[in-house]
Amino acid sequence: MSRNHEQIRTQVLAIVKRLAPEIDPARIIPDKPLRTQIDLDSMDWLNVLANIHEHMGVNIPECDYGKVVTLDGIVAYLAERLPE
Amino acid sequence: MRPLLIRKSPVDSLSLAPGSEFSWPQVGHDLGLSADGHLNIAALAVDRHAHSARADRTAFRFLGADGNTRNVSYRELAELTDRFGNALKSLGVVKGDCVFVLCDRVCALYVAVLGALKVGAVVSPLFQSFGPEPIRNRIAQAAGKVLVTSSSLYQRRVASLRAELPSLEHVLLIDDSGAGGIADTLDLATLLRDAPNTPALVATAAEDPALLHFTSGTTGLPKGALHVHGAVLTHYASARSALDLRPDDVFWCTADPGWVTGTSYGIIAPLVLGATSIVDEADFDPLRWIHILESERVNVWYTAPTAIRLLMKAGPELFAGHRFPDLRFIASVGEALNPEAVCWGLEAFGRPIHDNWWQSETGGIMIANTAALDIKPGSMGRPLPGVVAHVVRHVEGEPVTLIETPDTVGELALETGWPSMFRGYLGQPARYRDCFAGKLYLTGDLVRRDADGYYWFVGRSDDVIKSSGHLIGAFEVESALMEHPAVAEAGVIGKPDVLAGEVIKAFVVVKHDIAADEDLRLELLAHARRRLGAAVAPKEIAFVPALPHTRSGKIMRRLLKAKELGLPEGDCSTLA
Repeated sequence: MSRNHEQIRTQVLAIVKRLAPEIDPARIIPDKPLRTQIDLDSMDWLNVLANIHEHMGVNIPECDYGKVVTLDGIVAYLAERLPE
Repeated sequence: MRPLLIRKSPVDSLSLAPGSEFSWPQVGHDLGLSADGHLNIAALAVDRHAHSARADRTAFRFLGADGNTRNVSYRELAELTDRFGNALKSLGVVKGDCVFVLCDRVCALYVAVLGALKVGAVVSPLFQSFGPEPIRNRIAQAAGKVLVTSSSLYQRRVASLRAELPSLEHVLLIDDSGAGGIADTLDLATLLRDAPNTPALVATAAEDPALLHFTSGTTGLPKGALHVHGAVLTHYASARSALDLRPDDVFWCTADPGWVTGTSYGIIAPLVLGATSIVDEADFDPLRWIHILESERVNVWYTAPTAIRLLMKAGPELFAGHRFPDLRFIASVGEALNPEAVCWGLEAFGRPIHDNWWQSETGGIMIANTAALDIKPGSMGRPLPGVVAHVVRHVEGEPVTLIETPDTVGELALETGWPSMFRGYLGQPARYRDCFAGKLYLTGDLVRRDADGYYWFVGRSDDVIKSSGHLIGAFEVESALMEHPAVAEAGVIGKPDVLAGEVIKAFVVVKHDIAADEDLRLELLAHARRRLGAAVAPKEIAFVPALPHTRSGKIMRRLLKAKELGLPEGDCSTLA
């Protein structure tokens, strides 16, 4: 995994952790759907996306929700759109 | 400009116009009910079709998150529910025992609900986003005997509180490997395999309890609204009149069965009609939903304002290249649907969205914009056939009086006697009695009725919170926060939100020697989410030096809310 990927992963997990501080990031299986592993309802999920937009500058439009289901998916999606 | 009236479709509808001939005995006759008074929801929903020419029709089509689909015919569903019912019997479950379900929208959930109904058990669905405390509280109140859940949910939410639930004799895991890896649980697949597929039906009557739906009030713990097997008459009649649902339709109710809509209309009503129901196991995803509506050729779609607003937010490009020639009728429930959303349906799907109104206590749709009526965007519509509604003046300590003058705000009241009316709040007879004035059920919702007989939602008569269409009791949230050692007091309100209607916000006063800092805020958020789950926990926590109280010491949530919204705080004369 590139350094860039690791940084993105850390940033995404920090955002999730601010909204759902009870989660243990170490227990997240990165290639399994995120929302079934941790307790995020649809409003939490929209807040995660809004925070990614605000803090990382990437807007994830509704038509791309299917690409950001897993943690790996989110990181890959953002990596493509963030400068190296 | 937005139209004030959307004319009904000229296409013939099966719906009865209000005022045309309708009687509840006639509905029973249409359903082929026997004269001996025996009636069972699952028998009508499943077995009746399994023993008819429609046996091989698809009852449920499960769309897996992984892209796989599974069709279950009425014949298969009858066998699966017989096996489940027989498995329950082998565990000693008898008529009247309470069976809880807590899992994703997978086949096993639907089999469990219908199989339990078959053997006369009372079924209570729990929402997957409930944390341990809402789960414990509800199972304890109902003395639940069986819980059907997944290994993951059991380990995360239930295992730690098992000792506090002595009534809970059996936990059936839908996804256990069969190796018996988790203590004090049983593997459902093994039970089903070993159970005979002989008819499991236990004779039930129209007034036997069938369903228990927990709902929240402003004070106290959640109330379990108890419904009877006879409620199925309302499910059937309202699906026809309010949803225009027909036996050959493909129907998609997007509500989760953890809430009352997902049970009444996501499980029971379409099956009783003999329709095919789509179940999407995945979480909300706008593009996926558009794809489902198009490729599954959904005829009737029953959804909710929050989902509609999210689809609207996605913009018209989401719909580019998609067509919905099969989609005939769209309905929404959960909270009043704004007129823009009603009309947006016309742009996006070529169909307006029909708002309707009901609540856990009513068991089924009561007031609706139907296919037989012109739509007034923003209105909840008119009472369905068999439902008699009034607007009443309801002031504590004074007799309830009818308001006949159009466009006057009062409380919505329904004449008792519709089949799916709740028959009690479990263990709380006084609270049940308080809901009635003579032959009127008082709904707690404030409405006005216009000169054409359409009802318009105005607000709640209490300060209950409605988030994403679901009632949340402030007391339940406050109680959980108060359990944290740093918290002296907590007040909880619904903060208006453009997508969810309201989101839960907590105001917390900390004990005098505690620092109210960001670390504590995150700790309290984690605590509340661990206890209550994402659906009930606050989304925002703010520290305040003190909370406003009445002279009698109650927290004035209305004042907290007025302050949050920057509104005039109104009459504060009862403040201490």
